[in-house]
Formats: sequence, structure tokens, C-alpha cells
Amino acid sequence: MLDIRDLSVRVEDREVLHGINLQIGGGETHVLMGPNGSGKSSLLMTIMGFGNYSVTSGSILFKGTDITQMPIHERAELGIGMLFQRPPAIAGLKLGKLLTATSQLGGEAVEALAQSVNMEDFLTRDINVGFSGGEIKRSEVLQLKVQQPEFIMLDEPESGVDLENMALMGREVAHLLEKDVHIIDRHRSGLIITHTGYILDYVDADQGHVMIDGQIRCHGNPREILKVVQEKGYKECLRCKQM
Amino acid sequence: MQTDVNELEQLSQKDKERLALTGLDLEMTNRCGSFFQIDQDVVHTSCAAEGIEILPIAVALEKYDWVSDYCWKAVPKDKDKYTEYVAKQEMPQGVVVIAHEGARSETPLQACLFLRQEKVQHVHNIVIAREGSEIHLISGCASSAQKEHGAHLGVTEIYVGKNAKVTSTMIHNWSPGISVFPRSMAIVEEGGIFLSNYVCMQPVKKIQMYPTARLAGKGAVGRFSSIVVGTPGSHLDLGSRAILGAEGTSAELITRAITTGGTIISRGHVLGETDKTRGHIECKGLILKDGIIHAIPEIEGHLTGTELSHEAAVGKIARHEIEYLMSRGLNEEEATATIIRGFLDVKISGLPEVLQKQIDDAIDKAESGF
Repeated sequence: MLDIRDLSVRVEDREVLHGINLQIGGGETHVLMGPNGSGKSSLLMTIMGFGNYSVTSGSILFKGTDITQMPIHERAELGIGMLFQRPPAIAGLKLGKLLTATSQLGGEAVEALAQSVNMEDFLTRDINVGFSGGEIKRSEVLQLKVQQPEFIMLDEPESGVDLENMALMGREVAHLLEKDVHIIDRHRSGLIITHTGYILDYVDADQGHVMIDGQIRCHGNPREILKVVQEKGYKECLRCKQM
Repeated sequence: MQTDVNELEQLSQKDKERLALTGLDLEMTNRCGSFFQIDQDVVHTSCAAEGIEILPIAVALEKYDWVSDYCWKAVPKDKDKYTEYVAKQEMPQGVVVIAHEGARSETPLQACLFLRQEKVQHVHNIVIAREGSEIHLISGCASSAQKEHGAHLGVTEIYVGKNAKVTSTMIHNWSPGISVFPRSMAIVEEGGIFLSNYVCMQPVKKIQMYPTARLAGKGAVGRFSSIVVGTPGSHLDLGSRAILGAEGTSAELITRAITTGGTIISRGHVLGETDKTRGHIECKGLILKDGIIHAIPEIEGHLTGTELSHEAAVGKIARHEIEYLMSRGLNEEEATATIIRGFLDVKISGLPEVLQKQIDDAIDKAESGF
């Protein structure tokens, strides 16, 4: 579904990603770990197409189409969706209005979908204005439920979320990624940035990657990588690269 | 009651459309009363609401001798050369709205002032809301599509009595050669509420106004909301002022200004004269194209018991907000328009549908040049 080849990315004067290679097949969920500032969010922002992230070499293929220079909204139309860690608050823009404008399921579906993530009282609120951490995440999940993307990127879905919201988030993300569908019939793919790995209690991941200093240093079983990092820290991943 | 239906019907289709844009409802479906002045002629007055009267000023002064007590009480005759000009007129025109004690109407009254041929249109309006009454006014001011040059001088005095409520929504729809000098003052008594909404999104040569509310009675509330667009060649010098003159009074002054090339000076002044008072000024400006937005919020406290604040921000639309919406599937134009619509959302109640559409159109126009 997603095929990233030798991707280097610059933000202003600084190269933040160096020669990234990453392939995610249909129905697969991958996890991206790595220390703060290593470039994980930059990779997601680049895949989504944000203007600050300019690709200096390499390419991004999505469902066989080269999207490297494609505008953001066309990528969204192709089926890429993203759960933002810190989305902007936009005064005056009602959450319900945005959902109706972007709904792939028709405007009528919005109310019921909002109820499914306890957001029905937020439809008339300005988007993300005065939302708590958990509310922001529920709003993001709701936007993705309305958008129905085939490939979903989640930037730290656990951050700022309490235990109760974590369970709801986990359940919803699993549903979005068709974890309740038999593996043969599962088409949707995901790329999840996580520090804590809590999301893995709800969403089984197929592959893990560790990013350090703008490079993917190792690949492997996500649970095992998490265990190594928890016990020995990311320096172990540096050693892994040196081997 | 006085109606000259012919005068209304004689208006060109284009002029009728321009009037509709200011909120004038010629069918009167959602209006409980109406006043219509073309140049210096009052062509229509009617009112169906019980206890509420709409009268040309000359008729009102004749009918009730106490109306003269309200004449030039809030706005001094010698305030400036424009008020002096209006005051010296031998045949004053304008509308007097009287809501008698306890009279209430949620359906708006409309007053329309239309500048068609004369060089200068002058009006003197008086709104008297007596104790416990409630009225909503929509005043639309426009000029004929053919009118290239002219001036509108309007004096408006608003008296909000004890526990009365007045909502005044003013919509301007002038032409690029027209200069406009409204002079308004409201005096709000104990427990009274005065809400003033102002919308101007069409080209005009110059508008200069600084409407003021004196919150004179305990617990009185004032709120000014303005939505303005400065098009190329327009010079808008706008402001609003609230004087917190009695215990427990509060005021809020809110402005959303967009320039597509014109100059907007957005003034605001809250004066805390008394104990236990609160005031806030909020001015947000968006510069879509080269133009000037100059926000001058002033807060002036005269004692410890007044709490005043202001926030002002001028800038462009944040790129990451546009991109965030694009990631949900909106294209750049849709995302920009969505953010601008949100920016302009200051919850003006009683806004007519045609005006909402006009705001949307103005945004579409603004965004094409973005």
C-alpha cells in the first residue's frame, strides 16, 4: 500500500530525514518508535504532504501512485488519513461543520459517529478550542471515522489520554484498522508512532521500526523492540545499527 | 400608518436587491414593523406589534411632547460639524421607535435608509425602550447602484430603560464613492441590555464612527460586535466605546476585521468609572491582501474595583490550519474559506438569510484573491 524509497526530507535549512526506506502492505499495521526529535513526526507529516517538509530525494508511492509532489487534499482523497498529536485549534469552526464537509458517509452519519466516541456535545464547539487531551484525541478519531481512510497514521495516540479514554481510543483505532476483520479480508493499513506501547494492548502490530537521527535503524517485532527499549533504552538500537 | 407603495415599487430590481442585502424584508414576513426613508422622504412606516410604535421624527414630536426630552440628550448637538449639520435642519427626518412599558417583540423591526439621488442624506433617529420592554432593530443603510458620490449623516440616540433590552443590528451596503458619518450614543439604565451588531462588507469611500454606550444604571450590560471587510480604496475608521458608569455594569467590544486592500482602523475604548465593573475588548484582524489594519484598543480604569482587559491580534491565516483541513480532504480554497467563515463567526443573532449569503459571497470573493 505504501512504498517509501530512499526518502530524504528538509525542513527549512536542515535535513531531518535521511534515505528512509519503508514498505507497508495492505492490511498491515506498523509501529514507529524512537527518541524525541528523531524525525518520526516529520516522516508522517511528509507522507501527508505538509508544506514545510520538502522532499530532496526519493519517492513516496501510495497504492502504486507516486504522491511525492501531490497536494495534501489529493492524498486525503486517495485514502491517507492522520491522527494529529497536537492539532491546531480553529476559532469559529464548529467540529460538526467540518465533519459534515468531510464525511464520506454522508452528513447524516455524523451524529451517530459522534455518539460512538462520546463527542455528541462537541459538534457545536469550535474545533479543539479548550478541548482536553482526551477530547482532542476523540475529536481526531471521530474525524478519521468520518473520513474513512485506507491508510491511517497515528502520531502518539496515547499522549495526554487517561486510562478510560485510552481504552476507547484503542478500541476505535482497532476498528478503523479492521482488526475485527479476518486477516485475509483486512485491507486497511496503519503506521503508529508510540513511546509507551500502550496502544499495542488494543491494536496488534505486524512490524516495528526504530528511528534515530532521521534514519530507520532497525526493523523487527514491535513487542520485542519495545521490550529492548524499555530495558536498555534507545542506545541499544544504536548498537544494533553498528553490528 | 403611512405608506407610499408606489415609491417602493418604483425602485429598480437592482436597488431592491441592494436593499435586501442590508436585511430589508420588503415582504415583511419576519418583521413586526418597518420604516423606509429614501433620501429625505419617509415613504413607508408601519408597525403591527402591540405597544411598539415606529414614527417619522416629526410625527413623533407632535404626537408625544415628551419625545423632545430625548432629543439631543444622548448626542450633543455641538459634538462635531456633522451633528451640527443635522441639528440645524429645519425639516429633520429619521425614525423614532418607541417601545412602551413592558412591550416586547422578538420579531425585528426594520428601518431602512436609502440614498438615491441627493448629495447628502441626514437622519436623526431616536429609539426609546421604556421599562421592561424588548425590541430588535435591523437598520439597513444602502445607496443606489447608480449613486456615485454622496454622504450619509446619521444621528442615533438610543435610550434603554430599566430592565429593557434593545438589540440593534446595522448593515451597511454603500458604494465606493459614498462617505458615511454615523453618530450614535446609547444610554442604558438599571438592568438594561444593549446589544449592537454592525456589518460592513461592501466597498465604501469612507466610514467614520465611534458609537458609544453609557451604562448608567446598576447592572446594565453593553455589547458591540462588528464584522467588517476593507476592500481596496475603502477607509474604515470604526470604533465602539463603553462607559461603565454604574456599579455592576459590564461591556464587551468584539471586532472581526478583514482587509483585502483597504484601510481599517479599529478603535475600542472601555472606561471603568465605577466599582464592581468589567470590560473587555477583543479585536482580531486578518490581512488577506495588502491593506492596513490598525487596532487601537484602549482600556481606562479610574479605580481599583474595575476589571478591564483587551486582546488584539492582526495577521494572516496560519498555514498549518489550512493544511490541517486539507488533510481531511478539503482543497486549499475550501480550507481557506472555512477558516475565514469561522473567523467571522461572532454569533450575530437575528442575522437575515440574505445577509448570511452576502457574507459567504464576500468571503468567496476575498478568497479568490488570496
